[in-house]
Amino acid sequence: MMQRIECLRAVYERLNDCLVVTIMGAVATELHSLGHRPNFFYLQHAMGLASSTGLGLALCLPKQKVVVIDGDGSVLMNMGGLTTLARYRPRNLIHVIFDNESLLSVGGFPTATATGSDLAAIASASGVPRTRTVRTMDALTQAFDEALKVNDLSCVVAKVEAVGPKGYVTDLALLENRFQFKRHIEGLVSSSRAERGSPIT
Amino acid sequence: MPVSLANSRVVYDALKKCGVGLISALPETWLVHMIRMADEDPGMILVRLAKEEEAVGISAGAHFAGVKSAMLMQNHGFLASVNGIVSFAQLYRIPLLMLISYRGHFGERDPWQTEGGGATEPVLRALGIPFGFLDDPAKTEKQIADAQTLSLSRLHPVALLLTRELMWEEPQS
Repeated sequence: MMQRIECLRAVYERLNDCLVVTIMGAVATELHSLGHRPNFFYLQHAMGLASSTGLGLALCLPKQKVVVIDGDGSVLMNMGGLTTLARYRPRNLIHVIFDNESLLSVGGFPTATATGSDLAAIASASGVPRTRTVRTMDALTQAFDEALKVNDLSCVVAKVEAVGPKGYVTDLALLENRFQFKRHIEGLVSSSRAERGSPIT
Repeated sequence: MPVSLANSRVVYDALKKCGVGLISALPETWLVHMIRMADEDPGMILVRLAKEEEAVGISAGAHFAGVKSAMLMQNHGFLASVNGIVSFAQLYRIPLLMLISYRGHFGERDPWQTEGGGATEPVLRALGIPFGFLDDPAKTEKQIADAQTLSLSRLHPVALLLTRELMWEEPQS
């Protein structure tokens, strides 16, 4: 079975030109461990709202690719948000869901995906136009590359092992991350204005 | 419908005047005119929600993108959003401009609104969210602008309670 950190490593370089919003816990810590970048925002609480944050970004910056890196526990807490995502169908948003069938960071209790709830099917039934469940690294990178290319809302559910780092606190303060991320976007918007004579929006 | 169209217009125009470019909303009776105005306005991004807490994330994304936003919801929707407000907006210093219809207060005839009416102000106080009451159309524009100013300077949620006095016109019988 795939490990989440290997999946993150496989797509890491592809995140360069994207705005990335992750959930808390293992996802945030592992992405950070591969090398923090100013275009990464780690939502270290508020489970479920990473996808809503991505939607706000994607609607306000339609020319900017937005990648949300979510988890099964978080998605289950904001399933209504999938219907909102699908309703507005931002063409520039890729929703990656790491499904380890577990609330790993609080002790590994099984989520409902352990007993058959199918997040790709739920996303699809919510109206997300492109959904895929992947179980191998090749399938993951292929699905991610397609999602980057197609210019439509895509959801990639990656089934991964319920293992993670030993601890979750990094040396990046929450507010430092937040202000750096916003400053980074301001830079993108103003450099795009200067280069093309028009705002990124 | 006895929801005041004129005062809904006053509130909506005030939001436009202070540069709001995205409104997220979950319909409730007092908000219907404002949501329709947002829907018909090509210069406004309207996000219709499944549940109000989503609006916290959407407004945070808009803030990161440099777009001013507002949230329209009933007070029960505010109560349903408390974790997002605390563990996103307050934790990460995200400005939120929340316009909350204040159901369940004096004059409320619907029994099911009354407990939420009683909990609204205590919960706002417990969270340390500055709030005011919109009850006079002549003052509404300035109150909305002032609330937004504080929200952006403090990087913190603020709330304006849409009162029955502003939003409801008793039908002539």
